[in-house]
Amino acid sequence: MNRTFLVIVGVFLTIAFSLSGLVLIPNWQFQEHQPVRNARDGSQYPAPYYGLALQGRDVYVDQGCAYCHTQQVRPKGYGADIRRNWGNRRTVARDYMYEYPILLGTMRTGPDLANIGARQPARDWHYLHLYNPQITSAGSVMPRYPYLFRTIKAGEMVPAGAIPLPAAFQSEGTHILPTARGEQLVEYLRAQNRTFPLPEAKQP
Amino acid sequence: MTHVPEGPAESRLEQISRIVIDASSRVPVLLWFTSSVIWLLFGSLAAMISSLKLHHPDFLGGIEWLTFGRIRPVHLDIVFFGWSCMAAIGALLWLQARLCHVRLPWPVLLSGLAMVWNVGVVVGSVAVLAGHGSSIEYLEFPAYCAPFFAIPALGVLAANVKMYLTKSSEHTYVSQWYLLAATVWLPILYVTAMLCTYFGLVQGVSQAITNWWFGHNALGLWVTPIAVATAYYLIPKVTGRPVHSYHLSLLGFWTLAIFYNWAGTHHLTGGPLPAWTITVGVVGSMMMFIPVITVAINHHMTMRGVFSMLKTSPTLRFTVFGSFMYTVASFQGSLEALRSHQEITHFTQYTIGHAHLGLYGFFSMIMFGAMYYIFPRITNNEWSSARLIKVHFWGSALGILSYGIGLCWAGWWQGTMMNNPSIPFLQIVEYIKPYLILRSISGAGMTIAHLAFALSVWRILSRHHFVMSGPTLFTTQRPPWREFVNEQNQREEIAQ
Repeated sequence: MNRTFLVIVGVFLTIAFSLSGLVLIPNWQFQEHQPVRNARDGSQYPAPYYGLALQGRDVYVDQGCAYCHTQQVRPKGYGADIRRNWGNRRTVARDYMYEYPILLGTMRTGPDLANIGARQPARDWHYLHLYNPQITSAGSVMPRYPYLFRTIKAGEMVPAGAIPLPAAFQSEGTHILPTARGEQLVEYLRAQNRTFPLPEAKQP
Repeated sequence: MTHVPEGPAESRLEQISRIVIDASSRVPVLLWFTSSVIWLLFGSLAAMISSLKLHHPDFLGGIEWLTFGRIRPVHLDIVFFGWSCMAAIGALLWLQARLCHVRLPWPVLLSGLAMVWNVGVVVGSVAVLAGHGSSIEYLEFPAYCAPFFAIPALGVLAANVKMYLTKSSEHTYVSQWYLLAATVWLPILYVTAMLCTYFGLVQGVSQAITNWWFGHNALGLWVTPIAVATAYYLIPKVTGRPVHSYHLSLLGFWTLAIFYNWAGTHHLTGGPLPAWTITVGVVGSMMMFIPVITVAINHHMTMRGVFSMLKTSPTLRFTVFGSFMYTVASFQGSLEALRSHQEITHFTQYTIGHAHLGLYGFFSMIMFGAMYYIFPRITNNEWSSARLIKVHFWGSALGILSYGIGLCWAGWWQGTMMNNPSIPFLQIVEYIKPYLILRSISGAGMTIAHLAFALSVWRILSRHHFVMSGPTLFTTQRPPWREFVNEQNQREEIAQ
């Protein structure tokens, strides 16, 4: 069976077929996606990230948040994503039309973040959680991110923007402020909101 | 395919030609293999740090370069690109030269390519630690690392095709098909995935499909065929028995080629994709039962009646263990792709357990077996100690079994609890912590095994001019290494 040519052509075709079938054809199918208009304020959904949230995505990527957190809500009746209040509807392809890179994730060591901006709108909650996850979620295995914060000595005066640490986590006469990257990451997390109803995924 | 068993019937000419072929592959194969063993140690280190951090998040806490989200992808990339790929390329170059009965072409070029590959792994790992990773699993290394892997992959493909076209053996063994196919698939997979990921050729959720088209195929179409080919070579070679059925092996090859390709989307079950893309992945995964069962039958039937050789031959014990784990991990993987199964195990430690059963229990164990066979033949030396090989085998085997069983068990219940919204999330975290500690203990067992292996490799390389005679079997008694070296030194002094 000296069919070298046959083997090479055969194995090439197998991979060419799967690439076309799984990647290229769906990609072509998704080209028709358009954002929808919000009738109340005229904004569009989905919208590209901009400003701090856009910069924050790079922080999310470089810290590798996606290795423990997903950004996808499974359909009602498949898992308990919606009953756990991780979203009010399943997420669909259109939700991610502007995501580059896409950060769906494959692991839930921590909870899903597809709608963390809707679930936790307060900046301070995110700052406390990132500074030391034990403050907001005792027993969590999430790492601390002290390098996204800076410590300043300020005596009696509380500087503007200092995060409201509980007494047990605060050392005397110091205050903790987020760095620029810390602010960017929190704005990115607050922008995680995929609750707007789409025709193909109405609220249940 | 029939291998001529080693024995008195073999002509002297064949023996000499084998020695000549092994000598031609000596430098490149040693470079690929030795590099892979060094990366195995670094990969184990990154694994231990990640694993400890997962149950003690304050271990090395607050150090940005070692945060979990960076050290964990570095572990994956080092064991994939550094250990698995380099070991696989070493094995395939040596195997193809032997099977084609030709000398390995371009030894200088292939050695240089090993160094290029090493540079790629170093640059990529440092980049991820510094925060330049992409958070895309298996493709974390930044785009500028791509040439360091794409060019050697093309070089290996060229060498492989050249050997195949100039082969002087009359037979074509099924191993050669697997090796040839794997070298065709790797550059296509890698270059396409890098272009799609980093140059915006696809948008939106297609990026995620590309990710898993690559991530799954890199295992199924690149490292799996090489390990299957290696087992197809080593089991008959060591036992001296022909492969059970030639036709089954052909069926196994083509069904793998056709079905594995489509299986990757099961990594996205329940995700924001059209249902048909997932269904295709589930069907592809179920069809994988065919190639897996054919390989299982072939390897088992070849071993029938000679299982007692597992007591003595290190190569055979590692290879047969790996081959058995191929069946186990593949059956598990096919069932895991079903939607009802994924509803529970997707997003849990179960997937991590399965991935290690495959890449470690199956692939890495067969590569260890191959190295125990090949190193003595290209260094003209023997392994220094049967005890070190025993430490390696039992550390790896018990480590991966407790790792796989522990994490799959934990993941199953983690997923079951996650699907019950009345259980608070942090209670699930508490539930799996003991299993995460078990993972660190299993990992420590494997790390000890790797240190024993690296010590063996260092000894066989560092004193290669001191020829030990006779193969090192599990039953072989060798004098302690220190005594052996002292004796050799004395002999050298006397000679001077």
